[in-house]
Amino acid sequence: MSELWKLSAIELAHGVRTGKVTVAAAVESGFEGPAREWESEVHALLASDPKARASGAAAANDGPLRGVPVVVKDNLCTTDYPTTCGSRILEGYRPPYDATVVRRLRAAGAVVSGKGNMDEFAMGSSTEYSAFGPTRNPHDLGRVPGGSSGGPAAAVAYGLVPVALGSDTGGSVRQPAAFCGVLGLKPTYGRLSRYGLVAFGSSLDQVGILARHVSDVATTYAALAGPDPFDATMRLTPAPDVSHWDEGVKGLRFGWPANLWAASVDRELVEGLEESAAYLERAGATKVPFEFMPGEFGVATYYLVATAEASSNLARFDGVRYGFRHPDSDDVRTLYTRSRSAGFGPEVQRRILLGTYALSAGYYDAYYLSAQKARTRIRREYEEAFRRCDLVLMPATPTLPFRLGEKTEDPLAMYLSDIFTIGANLAGIPGLTVPVGLSRSRLPRAVQLLGPEDAEPALLRAARAIEVRGETKHLPSEYEAEFSWPTKR
Amino acid sequence: MSIDRDEVARIAELARLEIPAGQVELLAAQLSQVLDFAAQLHRLDLRGCEPTAFAPAAAPLRDDQPDGRRLGAERALAAAPEGEGGFFLVPPIVENVNP
Repeated sequence: MSELWKLSAIELAHGVRTGKVTVAAAVESGFEGPAREWESEVHALLASDPKARASGAAAANDGPLRGVPVVVKDNLCTTDYPTTCGSRILEGYRPPYDATVVRRLRAAGAVVSGKGNMDEFAMGSSTEYSAFGPTRNPHDLGRVPGGSSGGPAAAVAYGLVPVALGSDTGGSVRQPAAFCGVLGLKPTYGRLSRYGLVAFGSSLDQVGILARHVSDVATTYAALAGPDPFDATMRLTPAPDVSHWDEGVKGLRFGWPANLWAASVDRELVEGLEESAAYLERAGATKVPFEFMPGEFGVATYYLVATAEASSNLARFDGVRYGFRHPDSDDVRTLYTRSRSAGFGPEVQRRILLGTYALSAGYYDAYYLSAQKARTRIRREYEEAFRRCDLVLMPATPTLPFRLGEKTEDPLAMYLSDIFTIGANLAGIPGLTVPVGLSRSRLPRAVQLLGPEDAEPALLRAARAIEVRGETKHLPSEYEAEFSWPTKR
Repeated sequence: MSIDRDEVARIAELARLEIPAGQVELLAAQLSQVLDFAAQLHRLDLRGCEPTAFAPAAAPLRDDQPDGRRLGAERALAAAPEGEGGFFLVPPIVENVNP
């Protein structure tokens, strides 16, 4: 088998299990594709180590992902690689344990082949806030890959790995997936364990899956989802069965809230939505037009809740137990202040300050409490929407990938690029971005599917219908679209 | 502008952050911009909306029993910037307790 790096995860694992490919060759395959030449410019990875890959390959379990290399975002704890969260304050930090999702990946036979670059502590939408330098979009090196899981998304997009794990607090899996032209799933809150995920906004954070094929998202979800006694926010019931991802969308009702993109959504993304709707209808789904205004207050709500929780979660980085310690401190209070001020980058400090303000005496009711109440209203709006349809088809982002440097000086403009993704986090529901080809300027276009809690099976079936352009009756079930990798520019 | 220089200094103190003097003005402007934007929540009718703190309704509870795992002092201290004799080492917190 040649050009292994173009294969999907399940094809690669099949090759390993049938003896056509060795585990070592499968694990190394990504480093023989475009990555060999491009990685120095794309900078998808913060760490990768041939020795760790070789020992991972030698110890690979038998399972549905046997031999599959996976890039893991650098805020998920791994014992064989440092875990820095893209921050100087954790530079070189080695966790004493694997995150539950990493442990389950390994149990399913996958091998961690590197750690993905990210905005510092997952705070950002472009991966430009990584303390270790930005990741660039493989489709156009002058543009951002999205964020904060920009490294994992870029790695999947240009063939370094077929699957990557990210985290999604306000769109940090779905938005970079959209910008890089891959699938990005944010599961229902409480379905993927967060034990070993460095916390940002605890009521919003979810581990998510990036891949090029619907089959691989489904297979990885099945390997990772389900109760974990080490995460008290997990649902106790078994995760939904996603094995029927290829069984079509006949009878499925998808919401079509066209008012959302009447203004200020890129025309080419609207065309992508129209094409996706046509594919779903061709495959037997029914379009349900309605007015929907989620996210009208979502961005404001989100940036109060997320920063308040972050200011609390990031209090643990104080230069005492792990990470960077400022060398020049005579007393413990100066030690905290200097270590934090030198260790955190500007965006992280901005958000900690914002969250501290929103939680501080005199402002708590006006900001944090109002945001929590607004969140209830947003949840109700989604519940209302899902009484009319099984899932909603909507934009993932308002624009195509933007240029490096375009929004770094204007925090609010950066925050507004999350307008279509934050609702799912506030409501705790699943969302999946699905690529729909390239724009005329050859940049990835994507749409987003949102469903009620535990709607992952329906989201995957709809994504599959879009993946095969509605041809669900005429294609064999094992059909895989050929991976069309970006050309360098 | 909802946040002035003094307010930035007050919250920086609470957050244990040190803001260089030359950046206070810019931060005050950036934080004010976001908070002014967030003030749109004050126009919402939120009567009858209980606060949502958490997406699932109830957190499952486990038995209050140790689960047998042990990290051990050596591994727990492995990533500490400074440690000694199984403890994290920090600069003096209290001085001259017994002068």
